[in-house]
Amino acid sequence: MAILVIAEHDNSTLKGATLNTLAAATQIGGDIHLLVAGSGCQAVAEQGAAAAGVNKVLCVDAALYEHQLAEDLALLVAECGRDYSHILAPATTNGKNLMPRVAALLDVAQISDIIAVESADSFRRPIYAGNAIATVQSLDPIKVITVRGTGFDPVAASGGSAEVVTLSAVSPAGLSSFVSEEVAESERPELTSARVVISGGRGMGNGENFALLEKVADKLGAAIGASRAAVDAGFVPNDMQVGQTGKIVAPDLYIAVGISGAIQHLAGMKDSKVIVAINKDEEAPIFQVADYGLVADLFSAVPELEQKL
Amino acid sequence: MKVLVAVKRVIDYNVKVRVKSDNTDVDLANVKMALNPFCEIAVEEAVRLKEANVATEVVVVSVGPKACQEQIRTALALGADRGIHIETDTMPESLSVAKLLAKLVEQEQPGLVILGKQSIDSDNNQTGQMLAALTGMSQGTFASRVQVIDGSLNVTREVDGGLQTLALKLPAVVTTDLRLNEPRYAKLPDIMKAKKKPLDVKTPADLGVELRDHTRLLKVETPPVRQAGIKVASVDELVEKLKNEAKVI
Repeated sequence: MAILVIAEHDNSTLKGATLNTLAAATQIGGDIHLLVAGSGCQAVAEQGAAAAGVNKVLCVDAALYEHQLAEDLALLVAECGRDYSHILAPATTNGKNLMPRVAALLDVAQISDIIAVESADSFRRPIYAGNAIATVQSLDPIKVITVRGTGFDPVAASGGSAEVVTLSAVSPAGLSSFVSEEVAESERPELTSARVVISGGRGMGNGENFALLEKVADKLGAAIGASRAAVDAGFVPNDMQVGQTGKIVAPDLYIAVGISGAIQHLAGMKDSKVIVAINKDEEAPIFQVADYGLVADLFSAVPELEQKL
Repeated sequence: MKVLVAVKRVIDYNVKVRVKSDNTDVDLANVKMALNPFCEIAVEEAVRLKEANVATEVVVVSVGPKACQEQIRTALALGADRGIHIETDTMPESLSVAKLLAKLVEQEQPGLVILGKQSIDSDNNQTGQMLAALTGMSQGTFASRVQVIDGSLNVTREVDGGLQTLALKLPAVVTTDLRLNEPRYAKLPDIMKAKKKPLDVKTPADLGVELRDHTRLLKVETPPVRQAGIKVASVDELVEKLKNEAKVI
C-alpha cells in the first residue's frame, strides 16, 4: 500500500498545509510519495524530500502546471495515482478544486475535509458546518481524500532525505488558461497556519478600525481575520473570512474582537486552543466558547491590550 | 446559450441540526427544508445572464426524492424557465449525482452549467468538479465573477490567497461562491407563475445510469461541546491570564 500526497506550493515554497496532510498519510500508514507538479518547482521538490515521512518525491516541472489548473493537473494526478491506495491533498481551495475532478476521472468517491483517520478506509469529517461529525468508510480501491489541516499536527519540515524522481507532464487538457490574480500582499503569517489570530467582526464599525487589530497583531506576530458579517459589510476582503464559508483556523490563541459568534463563525475557529472574546454585549454567544471573555468597549480595550503586551 | 443549473434540497440554514440518538444520521424529521444557499446564488446568476441576453434559456434540475420538486418550483419562481426532476428514493452521493447530471448534459447540451460550490448539509464541495471531469468540460469553481467574453468565459475565483481569474473554454461548469451575487426574493405573482412552468420527471434508468454506493456512513456524532471559560474584569487580568495561566503569549 502506498499513498500519494499532492504538494501545495507556489513554485518556490512548500506550503505548510502539505505537512499536515503528510501527517494524515503517516497515520494511514504505508509508503508516502509526494507529487510536486509546478513550473520551476525544483526547490519545492527539495523541501518535500526533507519533510518527515516522505519516501519519494515525484517532481513534474512543466510550464503547464504553473498555475495548478485543475483540468491539467487532474489528468496528471489521475495518471500517476492509479497504482496508489490513497491520494491525499490539503483541503485548501487548490485541493478542493482538484481532487473531486481526480476522483471522477478514477470513477471513485472523494472524501472531503477529513479531521481524523479511524482506519485505512474510514475517516471522520465534519458535516452540517461542523454541527455533526460523520465517520465515513470508503468502498473504493483508491481513496481520494482532502485533509483539513487543523485536524492533524504537521510533520517535521526537515530531517528527511527522500529521493527525487522526475516525471514528465501529460498531454494538456486545453480547456482553461490563467488570466490574472490579485494576491493579498502581507508581511503577516497566513491565517490558516498562524500561531495567533486576531479577528474583527461587525463591531469594528468600518474597515479603517481594523488598524487597531493590526497593532496588536504586530506585537503578537498574529494573522488578522474577520467574521462573515465584517466581510459582508464590506469592511475587509473575503480572503480574511474565518468561518464555515471562509477559512478554518485552529491557532494556539484566537482573539475575537467585536464578533457576536454566529454558528457559521464558530465553525471556523472553535478548535483553537485558547479563545479570547472582547465584546461589549455580555450576552454575545461568542462568550459561550471563549476561555477568557472581556466585556468591554473594543475601542478602549484593544488599544489598552496593545500597550500592555 | 442554454444554462443548466443544478440545485439541492437541504435543511434550512437557520435550523439547528440534531444528531439522532442512535447515531445513524442527523434527524431531518419535521425539519424545515430549503434551497441550498449556494444553489440559490447559482439560479440567480443564470437568471441574470438571461436578463443580460447572454443566456437564452435557464433549465433547473434537482436530484432526489419527490419533495425536491418544491425547490425546483422555488428556482422557477426566481426566474428559471423549466425544471427537470431526477427522482431517486434517497439522496445519492456526489459522484452519482454528477453521473446523472453528465447524462442530462448530453441530452440538453447547455453552454454553461452552474452549481453551488457546496451544499450546507454534506459540505462535500465535489459535484461541480466531478461533473466537469465526466463531461470533459472546463471548471471555474468558487466563482465571485462570471463574464462571457468573445465565446469564452472569464471566471474570477475566490482562492486562499485572494482572487484568481481564469479563461475557460465553453461549455463550462461554474460553481458559485457567496459573493457572486445577492439572490432576489421571489414575488407572489412569480410564485404563482412558477406553478405553471413545465417540470419533467426522469429516473436514473431513463438516463441509463446505474447508481452504486462508493461510501458507507458508519456513524454520525455530536461534536464535543466547548465549555465556556471565565470572564475577566480588565485588560490587565486578561494579559496576566494569557501569560501565566494559558501561557500563549
